[in-house]
Parts: sequence; structure tokens; C-alpha cells
Amino acid sequence: MATYTKNFRFGEFVGSLIWLILWILIIIALVGLPLIFIVLFYVPLPPVNGQVLTPYLFLTMTVDPSRTLPIIKYMIHTDLFRITTFPGFTYAALIAAVTIFIERKFLAKMQLRVGPLYAGKIEGILQLIADGLKLIAKEIIVPSGADKPLFWAAPIAFVAAAAAVVALIPAAPTWVAANVDVGLLAVFAILGFFPLIALLFSWASNSKYPFIGGLRALHQMIAFEIPFILSALSVVILSGTLNLTGIVNSQITSYWFIFFAPISAFVFYISSLAELERIPFDLPEAESEIVAGWLTETSGMIYGLLQLGSYVKTYALAALFVILFLGGWAGPAVMPVELIPGYTGVQIYNHTTADAILWFTLKVFGVIMLMLLPRGISPRIRIDILLHTGWYKLIVLAFINIFVALALIYGGILGPGGLLVR
Amino acid sequence: MTSLEDKFEESKRLGLQIVKESEEDRLMTLSIGPQHPGSGHFRFTIKVDGDYIVYCDPDPGYVHRGEEKMSEYRNFIQNIPHLERPVIHDSTNITYAYSLAVEELVGIEVPRRGQYIRAIASELNRQVYTLYWLAIYGIFLGHSTMFMWPTGDRELFIDLLEALTGARVTHAFNIPGGVRNDTPDGFKDRCIRQVRYFEKRLKEYEDIFYNNPLFRQRTEQVGVLTKEDAIKLGVAGSVLRASGIPYDIRKAEPYDIYNEIDFKVQYMKTGDSFARSYVPFLDMKESCHIIEQLLDKMPQSGEVRAKLQPNPKGPPGEAYRRVESGRGALGYHIISDGTPKPYRVKISVGSFRNMLALPFLLVGQKLADMPSVYWSLNYWPVEADR
Repeated sequence: MATYTKNFRFGEFVGSLIWLILWILIIIALVGLPLIFIVLFYVPLPPVNGQVLTPYLFLTMTVDPSRTLPIIKYMIHTDLFRITTFPGFTYAALIAAVTIFIERKFLAKMQLRVGPLYAGKIEGILQLIADGLKLIAKEIIVPSGADKPLFWAAPIAFVAAAAAVVALIPAAPTWVAANVDVGLLAVFAILGFFPLIALLFSWASNSKYPFIGGLRALHQMIAFEIPFILSALSVVILSGTLNLTGIVNSQITSYWFIFFAPISAFVFYISSLAELERIPFDLPEAESEIVAGWLTETSGMIYGLLQLGSYVKTYALAALFVILFLGGWAGPAVMPVELIPGYTGVQIYNHTTADAILWFTLKVFGVIMLMLLPRGISPRIRIDILLHTGWYKLIVLAFINIFVALALIYGGILGPGGLLVR
Repeated sequence: MTSLEDKFEESKRLGLQIVKESEEDRLMTLSIGPQHPGSGHFRFTIKVDGDYIVYCDPDPGYVHRGEEKMSEYRNFIQNIPHLERPVIHDSTNITYAYSLAVEELVGIEVPRRGQYIRAIASELNRQVYTLYWLAIYGIFLGHSTMFMWPTGDRELFIDLLEALTGARVTHAFNIPGGVRNDTPDGFKDRCIRQVRYFEKRLKEYEDIFYNNPLFRQRTEQVGVLTKEDAIKLGVAGSVLRASGIPYDIRKAEPYDIYNEIDFKVQYMKTGDSFARSYVPFLDMKESCHIIEQLLDKMPQSGEVRAKLQPNPKGPPGEAYRRVESGRGALGYHIISDGTPKPYRVKISVGSFRNMLALPFLLVGQKLADMPSVYWSLNYWPVEADR
């Protein structure tokens, strides 16, 4: 049960709020504004509407809405915005945060519990922030025999690799941080880093349980890498391109590839569960056998970073599933053409992009829910069964769909000038 | 060309520090417990060769409480509250055998209504224990729903026992001479309602856990204990019944009113981890029938406890009585020298005998099978240490 302090006085609460606001204002005036000016003097500002921006002009624009829009429009088309904010890291991290919340509530409902309830008053919506603050506040304990540079580098490398996958994911037409012609190949190349990071971290921990966990991670990820790539191969055959935007466009001109490659979609789903080390494939973190697997010696924010990385990776693989099989951002137009009717100023809002973002996000959440589901209904699998599944069953299944895809292409049903191509 | 042995001799002659790799160097020693999440208050060291366990050494005794010695300093009634501490979630059964033995020593006849209430309480408590055991078995295999569901449904029986005895976990309800108090008003209806609900839930358990193909893959043909080995090792309770021996104390040596109850001894023939985990589940189903029968046949009124002296004592002698607890046969051997305090109390528990099968079963298994074999043995460390 939640406990409230007994002698709560409203006056004291309001007084403390006023003090807080006062201090925030003082700190902004004394530290914040000088800092912003220092930064603005050194950052080359763009010319907007033929006007060269000075720091002073820039700041006046931030308070005048009609003069703010051009600069926002300029900003959201920079590479920096794409990498840090929209199809990039902030969007992925936000989806990861929502995923964690949904996972907790969804699993709790499945298990006849209530899940987080008190933080943030409404259904424990701030629980994640509380947990994050707790992790930041905790001491990071490095084992005495650990290889320190590797131990510190691995969590950062893990998040960086997850974010690198995110950079290749197009979330809307032209909205992608890195539009690579071999996008799909690059995704698999980056995913190949994860077992290496897990093994290096477990080795650097200098402890038995992480070592066993790291070896398990290596076995598992290698066993599932091949069916993973093969299942994506049938999509490549169907679309004729490795570019992720091209794959989505070829689905828009025909039909979603899940109808032509359902077995591949299934194999991709199972392999991505294994890549993500989610139940039933959480052997590298098997709690009752090897304590916490390769995460045993993690503490504080090192653990937090690894968790963040794994949820960002969850988003990346769910988004990849959506792009390869569910038609990416394709969907009926539901957003209004004009956000404010009769407005004739600088247009930031674009209804096709808004539709794309909406459908893409909805589909990603649908796939993420599907990825969360096994956690409630399945026990952990054993390593020999896992390897057998990966090497024998999934590879064969993936090959079956490759032949189906080839038949579709050479039968003239899909591909250039095919029957089902609009 | 020289052989490897010759090279080794050569290197020794040259004064090089070369050490041959021995068989032992391949092995990795892992300590499971007492701080390991999969051990409980118990430690065993295992050696693994790759993924296979080649050696296992149980090391119990972390929660030894000296219950047997403590019993010698208290009289027969005072012993009740501390004797239930080894298995607090099966506390009615562990005091049941004690009460039976003391009654035999002192020469008390328990009223029939008291006998029925005792049996009801012990069956309810068996459900509480088995659900707790099942919950931990679920989380051992990484099935978190199977951890939450039994833990939640356990409340049904805990609430019933709370209404009956006044305490949620440690009831101190069975005492020499009968039970502490009569049933509350409306207990029968409430009990029947909750037991019927629980029977529906058991079907769902079967769907989500026992019929799960991944669970079957993990437990079938794992840690097989054959009938002969089970008898040789002297295992008890569900482990024995899973190996194909339909032996239940309630049937073999019926105590109190169990000879008037119609029930079957559930057993399976395979003797693997799956059978060992499924037999307690079948026992829970059977227990529900027993509870319904007991509630039907219970006399509507009457005494629940025989009148006793403040310090009951009997003639010098010994008594050995046992009951079927959640973990198998649980017996008390009490020697009395004619004083109100026992001269010696020996508790014989199923847990300890089941633990002896652990090294026998673990050697040759994979490391990933360790939790499923270990916890399917229906072993409760605190009870084994006493």
C-alpha cells in the first residue's frame, strides 16, 4: 500500500514549490543564458529567409511563433535532427520506454497482477523514470579482477550498436538517418556485433557465471543468425533490392510480403526473439541456472545501459519486421490534409508523412506486443533444443520460402511487370 | 619424430615449466547456493564439463535450528509452535505426526469431529505447500506466469486456513488431543466454493504449463529415477510415486479417519522430471476430492478436542507415527521417560531422503536441467536441516 506522510501541510508544499521555481529562474539567468550565448556564438547559424542569424535574432525567434517556424523547419531537415531525434535515437528510446511500460502492465494483466501502480498516480506511469533514477543513483561495482577498459566499454558499445541499427531504419518516406543502398546487409552486419560484445563483456567480468552466459549468447546468436538472414533473403528476392526504403516501396506497389512469405515471417519472428534474448530464448540470462548470465556482474547504470540497449534493439528488430513483411509505413490516409484550416504560413506539417509515422508506429507496437507475448506463456528452452531448432528446423523453413519466392518471381507473379504489381 | 611424452621429458630436462593438462583442468566448479537464485537455503557444488554435470556434492545444514534438541526442553504442548517452523507453509502436516505420536504416548482419544477438522486443515495446507512448490518450479524454468498464478491461488487456501485457525501461515492448529478450535460459521460453504473454483483453475494450469511443448521438451526423459533406484535410495512422497510405486501413507497406514475416505493414490511410471512435477499436481486434484468428501462426512456438532491435563504425561515408552506430508512420509519418533517433557524427539522427513537422490540424478545431466531436476525432487531445505 502507498504510504503518505501524516503531517502533510499544503502551505509548506506551495512554499517549497515557489522556492524551487525561484532557484530555477536564478540558475537559468546566471548559468543557462550565458551558456546558450556562448554556444550560439560558436555555432554557425543558417540564413533563414535571406536573413543572416545573429544569436540575438535567434533568441527573438524562439519567442515569436511566426518567426520560429522557419527555423524549426530548417532544423528538422538537418542530419543532426534525424540522427538524434526523429527516426533516430530519441524516437527509438521513447518507443523503448513505452515498450517497457506496456510489457509490465500487459504481463501483469496476463498473470492476474496489477503491475506498477503508485509512481505517477495513474497506473504507475512514472515507474520507469523512478527505476531509471534509482539505477543512476546506484553505485557501479566493478569486480576486482575485471578487465576495466572492456568492462566499461561494452555497455556503451551495446547501446551504440543498437542505435546504429536504428539509424538504418526508415520510419517514413525519406525519413531515415542513413539511406544506404545495402541497408539490409548493413543491419545484419551491425547485428553481428552483439554476440561479440556479450562475449567480451562476460570475459571482462572475470567471473564464472557471466562466462557461461557469454558462451551461451555466442552459441545462440550464431545459431540464429543464419535463419535470420535467410528469412530476410526471400524478401530481398521478392523486392529485388537491399535498400529498406526500396523494400517498402515495392510492397506499396504490390502487396505486403507477409502474404507471399509467411514462413519467412515466422522464422524471422522466432530468430529475432532469439537475437533479443527474450523468453523463451533467454538462456544467456537464465536466472535459476547461471544467476543472471552475462549480466551477473553489472550494477547501476551499466545494467541500465544494457537494458536500454536491448529495448532499443527490440524496437529496431520490430521495425525491421514491419519494413520487411508488413509494408512499412503503408496504410490508409487518416490524418487531415491541413492541421490548421486556412493557415498560409510556413508549412511544417505534411499529411503524408504524418500518416506514414502513424501507421509505422502502430505496426511497430503491434509487432512488439507479439514479441512480448511469449514471456507470459512459455518456459525457458534448453540449449540443445535451441541449437537443434536454429540449425535444423528454421534454416529448412527459411529455404522453403526462398524457393516459393523464386517461383513467384520467375512465374511472373511478382517482380518487374508481374501480375500482382500495380 | 619424438612422441608427446618424450617432448615433455625433454622440456623438463631443459628446465622449462610446462605442466600437462589434466582431466580436472577441463572441469569448472560452480557453487549453487546458498546465495544462488536457484538454490534456497542450501548449497551444492557441481563440476561441469562443458555443459554436462560430472560431479555433485550437496552441502545441507545452512538452516539447522536444532528442533530435535529444543523439543527436549519443552513439554508436549509447548513443542507445537516451534516444531512447525521447519516447514511453515506445511505447518499443519508437520504437527499432525507429532500430535499423533504424543496421543499414542499419553493415551488420548481424539473426538471424531476433531479428527475431521484435522484432516481438512492438513489437506488445505497440503494444497498451500504444493502451490508454493509449483510456483517456484515455474520460475525455475523461466515460466513467470506459473510463478504468479499459484502464488495468487494459494491465497484461497490461506484465507480458508486463516478463517479456520486464526493464522495465515503458522497455524499451530493440530495439538495433542485434537485441534485448537472449532470451525467458524459458514466455513463449509465457503470451503466448497473455493475448492470448486480452484479445480477450474487447475485445468488452466495444465493448459499453460503441463501441456506446454517447451515444458515437455525440457522435462521429459530428464533425470530418470527408475523404480529399483527409487527403492534403493529410499525416496519418499511424490518422487517415489513418480517412479511407479503407488505408496501413500494415507493409504498404506491410514491415520485418523483416512480409512473412511475414498481416494486414489496418484502415480506415474516414467520417473522423469515431468512425472515428478506432474504427480504433485495430480495430488492437488485428488486433495480437492478429499476435502469435499471430508466436509460432507464431518459430524455436524461435537467436541473438537479431548480434555487434557495442564502438563500431559504418559507412561515411559516410545511412539512412532507418520503422516503423508506435501513432501512424502513425515514421521516422529518420540521417546518418553514418564515426565511431561519428551526424552528424545526424532523427526524423519521426506525432504532429506529426496535430497539424497540429487547427486545420483544430476550427474550426467546438462547444466540447464539442474533446476528442473533439483526442484522436482520436492525438497525443502529448511525441513531437511530441521
